[in-house]
Amino acid sequence: MASKGIKDQVAIVGMGCTKFGEHWDKGADDLLIESSTAALAAAGIAKDDVDAYWLGTAMGAPSGLTLARPLQLHDKPVTHVINHCATGSETIRNAAYAVASGAYDIAMAIGVEKVKDSGYQGLVGAGKPPTDGTNRTLTAAAMFAMCAPAYGNKYGVSEEQVRETLARIAWKNHYNGARNSRAQFRREVSMETICGAPLMAGGLGVYDCSGVADGSAAAIVVRAEDALRYTDTPIYIKALSLVAGNCSGNADPDYDYTHFPEIAAAGRDAYAQAGITDPRRQLAMAEVHDCFTPAELLIMEDLGFAERGAAWKEVLAGTFDLQGELPVNPDGGLKSFGHPVGASGVRMAFEAYLQLRGEAPAERTIAHADRGLALTHNLGGYPGEMVSFVGIWGNELG
Amino acid sequence: MLTRMSGNRGIIRAAGYVPYRRLDRSAIAKTFGSGGGRGTRAVAGFDEDTTTMGVEAARFALRGGEVTADALWFATASPAYLDKTNACTIHAALRLDTDVPALDFGGALRSGIGALRTALEANGTTLVVASDTRNGLPTSGDESAGGDGAAAVLVGSDDAGPVIAELIGAASATEEFIDRWRAPGSPRSKQWEERFGETKYVPLGDRAWNAALKQAELSPGDVNLLLVTGMHARAAKALAGKLGAVNAASADDLTATVGNAGTAQPLLALAHALESAAPDQVIALVVLADGVEVLLFRTTAAIAGYRPARTVASQIAGGADLPYGKFLSWKEIVTLEPPRRPEPDRISASVSGRTEEWKYAFVGSRDRSSGALHLPPTRVSRVGDTIDDMEPAPMADIEGTIQIITIDRIAYSPSPPITFAIVDFDGGGRLPVEMTDVNADDLKIGDRVEMTFRKLFTADDIHNYFWKARLAPGVGE
Repeated sequence: MASKGIKDQVAIVGMGCTKFGEHWDKGADDLLIESSTAALAAAGIAKDDVDAYWLGTAMGAPSGLTLARPLQLHDKPVTHVINHCATGSETIRNAAYAVASGAYDIAMAIGVEKVKDSGYQGLVGAGKPPTDGTNRTLTAAAMFAMCAPAYGNKYGVSEEQVRETLARIAWKNHYNGARNSRAQFRREVSMETICGAPLMAGGLGVYDCSGVADGSAAAIVVRAEDALRYTDTPIYIKALSLVAGNCSGNADPDYDYTHFPEIAAAGRDAYAQAGITDPRRQLAMAEVHDCFTPAELLIMEDLGFAERGAAWKEVLAGTFDLQGELPVNPDGGLKSFGHPVGASGVRMAFEAYLQLRGEAPAERTIAHADRGLALTHNLGGYPGEMVSFVGIWGNELG
Repeated sequence: MLTRMSGNRGIIRAAGYVPYRRLDRSAIAKTFGSGGGRGTRAVAGFDEDTTTMGVEAARFALRGGEVTADALWFATASPAYLDKTNACTIHAALRLDTDVPALDFGGALRSGIGALRTALEANGTTLVVASDTRNGLPTSGDESAGGDGAAAVLVGSDDAGPVIAELIGAASATEEFIDRWRAPGSPRSKQWEERFGETKYVPLGDRAWNAALKQAELSPGDVNLLLVTGMHARAAKALAGKLGAVNAASADDLTATVGNAGTAQPLLALAHALESAAPDQVIALVVLADGVEVLLFRTTAAIAGYRPARTVASQIAGGADLPYGKFLSWKEIVTLEPPRRPEPDRISASVSGRTEEWKYAFVGSRDRSSGALHLPPTRVSRVGDTIDDMEPAPMADIEGTIQIITIDRIAYSPSPPITFAIVDFDGGGRLPVEMTDVNADDLKIGDRVEMTFRKLFTADDIHNYFWKARLAPGVGE
């Protein structure tokens, strides 16, 4: 990888995040107004102060007008970005690069998704191009379901142990989400309930799958040198990495569905940008893309939080719990928030922003916030063919 | 009246296709209190139609042989399309050359035997494919007596390939009478009072029978195997008793196991009979369908060495029970609650046109420098990154092994749940493929699978054909 990165060149000085959930009474316009207003207020600026906007939505109308109309932006550039489930993170990545380039002083990254108007169960893809009809018809749940038995077979983990591990991940994220007023699901769920839930795909039950929610989140980014003009507690961008895989996994007999090479590559790149050598001990927390519980399990190894074949033991040992050695998804993750695609990546950065600024509520405060670094991660796509984003954020320069 | 056959033209290869699922006829009366009967009938999968079954029969007939057809004729009374030629889909699945014509013989039950007879009396090497799905309202005779299936017969001369059964006589008797009819689009056929049809069929059959024997210079006692088929079972039975074929064994018409597969029935039963026929036997095929067709064959020495890629007998012996409720759903008599997922969009004609070899014939690409196989085909290799250094890799007849299985209970399917398997093909290549003809719980990692041509869904009346996998038969089948 040849990323140079923009470590410490750009800072987040204000963020906003709506409650995620079934907003039957709100449209995308309402959600965008709510999150952007909160972000502007946090930075102490007005919308006219923002020089340029990056809007992420995967299922909404695909143009900058989706934001310019509800916010009534006048003569402003608004760029629509979309990159599967990394769409939200892409808004920050692109806005940050624009600011780092010197083209703009202040930019807004904002993501939104209005999912619950489709009337269907689960996520419904954006307008798809015409096809020859030979593409797979599987849902994401069925694709990620394959990872669980593959992992168990490779590392000699019994079906029962895999089941318990996956349930433990869901249990942890719901435990955390129960302590977050913005989460869609604010209830702890017992291991028994998780293990006994109706099956959706393969061995994955309802609680192994992320929810479906509407939501929006926004961030104001400025040059690092200007950050203290807007806040005493800026969050500095340490790394932004994105990898789009070559989609060979499902055609390659050597791929075994127990790891995601795109995620490992994005992680390596991000660690190099940020100068991280021991993520498990240097990071205060991580928000990862727990779209399905097997994904979170494999991500722990891909991002170097656990040795290959060892993440299941770490999960069961509580390493990634809220008060564990490296809290993962302290805000409750996709499991508790649902997954409004365009907003999720920004929502993850919002948790890093809260925790690193010491603004997370007491019941959700992590043990090692003093480490000063947080990681956020998205994947978009499926095992064998995905994009992956890794961002690293810090509360101090250097 | 035909002239005496030259004797070197006939059947080169023949094979039948019997779908995997069986309805136990007794299940009908258990549900409705009437209808049904003894035995089973074959049921096309929810992902099959007459075109896909025709493809499977044709693949069984052609696989392992050197001969290729220079014409493809397809006959069915249950066409997947009107206006559009269904034979073109079969043509694509078989990768026949562009200059091989593909033609439909449509509509009437008589079109199957008619296509076979016409091919036998024409020139060239013609692949005749007949296929049918037979439906009826619950408790009707057609529902239980009908069957779904297909057959393919490669017709030609010895100079194309060894003829296993030469045509030695053929005759036809035709008359207009109302016996069985169906309006286009109707889910059911109707039939006049049976006795009337019988009074028509028996004398017509007698007339054609005698003409064919005379042409072949045979007497009824020279016939070794007699196969009488037709939707009018009563008339077929009555006629068979009056033909005087006193030395002939009765060939199995498959109605007890497969059911009567309509347009495909005479070809399917003939293919089955040929599987176990000895050389130098006279086989009489008598078909009742708005008149009577009689074809007389004599098997040759070459039949001793012929065996289709899959026998009808082995397919009948295989198969698995289908609950009557599923049968009613698959036959679109009842509609089940679908998953709350969007229905698929119609496929694009132009995209399908660009990917014809992949979509219809399951041809991937193999990188010449690295040998890496690409499913679907790509232009840039995933190994070594060479561009446009690929050769076609036909994979339809390559078996594979299941690596991982996943059952999707929420995806859209005409008959949920969907089961996919990651399949590694022998000699390289991997693809996640949808499994069919199996109960998902019976699948296990390491199972051997083969590819089968299916219909994934229909949108805007366009059928989306592609390939799925099914368990490969065990060694020896």
